[in-house]
Amino acid sequence: MENLIALLVAAPLLGAAVLLCGGRRLDKTGHWLGTLLAAVSFGIGAVLFVDMLGRPADDRTMDQFLYSWIPVEGFQADVAFQLDQLSMTFVLLITGVGTLIHVYSIGYMEHDERRRRFFGYLNLFLAAMLLLVLADNYLLLYVGWEGVGLASYLLIGFWQHKPSAATAAKKAFLVNRVGDMGLSIAIMLMFTTFGTFAFGPVLGSVGRTSEGTLTAIGLMLLLAACGKSAQVPLQSWLGDAMEGPTPVSALIHAATMVTAGVYLIVRSGAIFNASPDAQLVVAIVGAVTLLFGAIVGCAKDDIKKALAGSTMSQIGYMVLAAGLGPIGYAFAIMHLVTHGFFKAGLFLGAGSVMHGMNDEVDMRKYGGLRKYMPVTFVTFGLGYLAIIGFPGLSGFWSKDKIIEAAFAKGGTEGWILGGVALLGAAITAYYMTRVMLLTFFGEKRWQPAPDPDTAPSVEPGIEVHPGDMPHPHESPRSMTIPMIVLAFGSVFAGGLFSLNESFVTWLEPVTSFEHGHPPIGAAAVTGATMVALVLGVALAYAQYGRRPVPVVAPRGSLLTRAARRDLFQDDFNHVVLVRGGEHLTRSLVYVDHSLVDGAVGGTAAAVGGLSGRLRKLQNGYARSYAVSMFGGAAVLVAATLLMRGV
Amino acid sequence: MNPVNYLYLAALLFTIGAAGVLIRRNAIVLFMCIELMLNACNLAFVTFSRMHGNLDGQIIAFFTMVVAAAEVVVGLAIIVSLFRTRHSASVDDASLMKL
Amino acid sequence: MSFPLLTLTAAVPAAGAILTAAVPAARRTAAKWVALLFSLATLALAVLVAVRFEPGGARYQLTESHAWIKDFGVRYELGVDGIGVALIALTALLIPFVIAAGWHDADPLETASKRWRPTQGFFALILAVEAMVVISFEATDVFLFYIFFEAMLIPMYFLIGGFGDRAHGGSDENAAAQRSYAAVKFLLYNLAGGLIMLAAVIGLYVVTGTFSLTEIADARAAGKMDMATNTERLLFLGFFFAFAVKAPLWPLHTWLPGAMGEATAPVAVLITAVVDKVGTFAMLRFCLGLFPEASKWATPVILVLALISIVYGALLAVGQRDIKRLIAYASISHFGFIIMGIFAMTSQGQSGATLYMVNHGLSTAALMLVAGFLISRRGSRLIADFGGVQKVAPVLAGTFLIGGLATLSLPGLAPFVSEFLVLVGTFSRYPVIGIIATFGIVLAALYTLVLYQRTMTGPVKEEVRSMPDLRLRELLVVTPLIVLLIGLGVYPKPLTEIVNPAVEHTMSDVKQQDPAPEVEAAK
Repeated sequence: MENLIALLVAAPLLGAAVLLCGGRRLDKTGHWLGTLLAAVSFGIGAVLFVDMLGRPADDRTMDQFLYSWIPVEGFQADVAFQLDQLSMTFVLLITGVGTLIHVYSIGYMEHDERRRRFFGYLNLFLAAMLLLVLADNYLLLYVGWEGVGLASYLLIGFWQHKPSAATAAKKAFLVNRVGDMGLSIAIMLMFTTFGTFAFGPVLGSVGRTSEGTLTAIGLMLLLAACGKSAQVPLQSWLGDAMEGPTPVSALIHAATMVTAGVYLIVRSGAIFNASPDAQLVVAIVGAVTLLFGAIVGCAKDDIKKALAGSTMSQIGYMVLAAGLGPIGYAFAIMHLVTHGFFKAGLFLGAGSVMHGMNDEVDMRKYGGLRKYMPVTFVTFGLGYLAIIGFPGLSGFWSKDKIIEAAFAKGGTEGWILGGVALLGAAITAYYMTRVMLLTFFGEKRWQPAPDPDTAPSVEPGIEVHPGDMPHPHESPRSMTIPMIVLAFGSVFAGGLFSLNESFVTWLEPVTSFEHGHPPIGAAAVTGATMVALVLGVALAYAQYGRRPVPVVAPRGSLLTRAARRDLFQDDFNHVVLVRGGEHLTRSLVYVDHSLVDGAVGGTAAAVGGLSGRLRKLQNGYARSYAVSMFGGAAVLVAATLLMRGV
Repeated sequence: MNPVNYLYLAALLFTIGAAGVLIRRNAIVLFMCIELMLNACNLAFVTFSRMHGNLDGQIIAFFTMVVAAAEVVVGLAIIVSLFRTRHSASVDDASLMKL
Repeated sequence: MSFPLLTLTAAVPAAGAILTAAVPAARRTAAKWVALLFSLATLALAVLVAVRFEPGGARYQLTESHAWIKDFGVRYELGVDGIGVALIALTALLIPFVIAAGWHDADPLETASKRWRPTQGFFALILAVEAMVVISFEATDVFLFYIFFEAMLIPMYFLIGGFGDRAHGGSDENAAAQRSYAAVKFLLYNLAGGLIMLAAVIGLYVVTGTFSLTEIADARAAGKMDMATNTERLLFLGFFFAFAVKAPLWPLHTWLPGAMGEATAPVAVLITAVVDKVGTFAMLRFCLGLFPEASKWATPVILVLALISIVYGALLAVGQRDIKRLIAYASISHFGFIIMGIFAMTSQGQSGATLYMVNHGLSTAALMLVAGFLISRRGSRLIADFGGVQKVAPVLAGTFLIGGLATLSLPGLAPFVSEFLVLVGTFSRYPVIGIIATFGIVLAALYTLVLYQRTMTGPVKEEVRSMPDLRLRELLVVTPLIVLLIGLGVYPKPLTEIVNPAVEHTMSDVKQQDPAPEVEAAK
């Protein structure tokens, strides 16, 4: 059974290789091949899952050793896989949601002439992501880690002829590289501390080293997680990443890749458990991001960017939970899975809306779409209810537990973190209600389609005739079926996981678990969450449900304007990093030319000048040569006589 | 007669020759001055030979004469061809040895 | 006396050079084929060397030794260790690609005289460089090494100064002037380094009485040959200076961007991927092998210079407007990594540095050759003259991207393995330097992606609209390089197996051991 693990990665990798190298011959069939291989991977995952369920709980880890990757003295890096409950959860999520989104993309990308390549990239992403969660050591994980970064880069920039997409792709890769730097430093630290970076030995011997070292490793891992999971301060790329096709936003920038940071932290739980300082920083980063993302999500008019803010915020919840230690790990992963369902569903819904609305992304130009796109409306609505934590739906089960665990952390930190999580829940309810109301309710505020040449936000995959009024219609079945499946997940997954605490029990052997006891009681926390939820929804309804929505966004308060600009993060980056960097490189180019090269050139010029002077002595007159000859002879004779005399 | 006096004469002749080389511009005169210097050296060599009582100096004097003769041949040829092309025997006109 | 395989490996390209040069003027194509065949024959011999080499065997294998200049004890001594084998293989592998990529680079203009024969000269010079580089990798006699180390400047000078990009932006005269400036600068820099080395070579002979590397190294390792500390340091500096110019190390790097910018792309590959490797190789073999104590003494300064090279080269690459100069500065950054790995004096660092030499050769060759195809299509080297190429020539853009990703050391491609080894090796002894060097990976992403974005993405520029995609010949050049980059990234074991024993020998030369991990890890 273990030997199947490599096939999980190999199937999509094969797909990527065939699709990307296959050339035009595969244009007609490529998308089917890509989808098939994603499904094959899911099938293998399911077989392994069944096999795993059949084993006793403490013997579920499967290992597969392929070969020794970098055999160098004192350094052992293997290509070896480890499939345990945590990896299994991810495998099912990645391949499951991945396959659905492949299916969705068949319809969504139908008119794009480069669809084959799109599926190649998607397969590449699946392979890299599976490698990431299946690796049994940090270095191989790093390969997957950068691999998903590459796939994300290629997919965000899929419509490369749009400068904005190319820029966004580059930005995503660069910000991620900053995070990757953290991961490589963490691996180097592990190597110098433990002499290895395989999960088992490293996590098994944390007790033998100092807390300071572990804190350093933990913080570096957190830096990596911040980059990949768009956490403050490395969150700025996620909003721009929405330039990619919507299925990409759903798969990579909502359900799977951006949660890799959470995986990394939970996987390295032993390190964080042994270093309370690093753990607290993780929780703080999560809390800050959950507010940051939520605030940004409130102000965006672009439906995808609003959802991106929401993603950031929800991952903030997961990171917060992961920063709480054993009381939170399982809930972080549980929220990750439920979020994978409902956020992917929401994004696919958004894609479906855009598909029907001439690729308009501005929610202020939607309105009243529930009659025209009933399936989209219902599935999106279920996702909406799930994300705000409506009782009984998936989000409720996972988010409520995180808020409880935050309070249960105890002390002042517990109150603050719990309070932030609660506030986040209210804001979540607010901005998601806003999205819902603007899109599906109210009156029609449709506008004629913009000219694709002048409006860079238009997704060029679909033919748009400038000036046409939109004719909203339900999307084809290849798109609605994945949405329906995901909606099922959004509704039932959370409840299913919470039945007899089945999910927690499942993960316990890997992540360990402790029951957290909030100081005010679990029921009180749930009650408070409900109040927050109602308040958020009510406020949004009062603002957007009861009065007409202007098509052009009003100026808004200072906070709104700041949130529209991502709380000035980009401006900060631009001024400090981009401008500063430009000045630095420009001055260095000058330095290189005039100082470093100048020093050499100066020496050459000095020698040249000196010889120019000396040349004047050679005037060509025979008698002046004769003088120097006589002079020289006289000097020689004099010198000889003098030397004799001494 | 004291042979040292011959040395004084040689020094005198050499100085005259050297001064001529430095001062005069006519190639022929220059040439004659060089010959004068060479012969001053010859005189010194012969004198030394006499003073030291061996023949080394006289042998070298013969060598010098042979070299001087060869030099005259080449040198006069150059001067003649220079005079033909430039219609002047002034050495300053032939300052072509600089870049 | 066994079969002189090493001599033959160098003699075949040398003979190829002579034969290529002798092809009549009208038979240009024949000259190209002769050159290609001889380079392929050399490749076959290099493969044979690699096969015959036993990783577990003696340090120097396939040795040959003949008396040469008896009065000075100069011998014709050849021998390869694992590092030499890897680099000979790299050289022999790249030359056929260089020749194929430069297939039309030296065709005479229509207006040229019938008796003029630049094509023959171009390919003959390339083969001559190959022969000299190969013998530099093989020589175990310091004097023999020195001769070829210097002699390769001559063909390189003519390759840089004599052949440039066709249809350069400015006037032809201007381009020729810039080219000869770059060539002279290349020559003077390397000559200066070489002359200082010559003084050190003579000094070495005066001190030790022999030129034989193995003899000196063995005697020193056995403690039989003590040098005064100052003498050793001075000699070390003399050698190191020459290699640092060749490598090049900041601040001796300024000849490289000019030379790589002005030369045609295949020649630029020859400079950075092949010839410069002699510098780093020689640091490993001669500096560490002959002067272990002085090497340790100089390590802090060299590491700082290497660190400056890494960051400085990368930052300058970001600021370049010329594609080839950008790649040149990127190479300076990469050479910083190689030198850092060598002088970190850990097994990982040195194995990494050796792999880095090979991998950097492959990745730069891929990126530079594709850049060359791109430049020849547009007739301009300026980044600003391109845009949207991806749309019209997707295969070209794809290969360019892979070359770029290799340059930024993406995991899964070969350079990652070496870069990570170098970083780990440095970090385990010098944590601060290791961490600062890690910034290099962010900067590498920046310059690569900026280059890709500006040239390949965005709206299609009018001038590139009719740009053809890669032709068969070009595809044949690029594909094997990409396959190797991926192959050695996924499975570098064949290379590490050859290199590891050599690194162990070097480590014992300098009497260093890897820092032990802080704690024993549980199993």
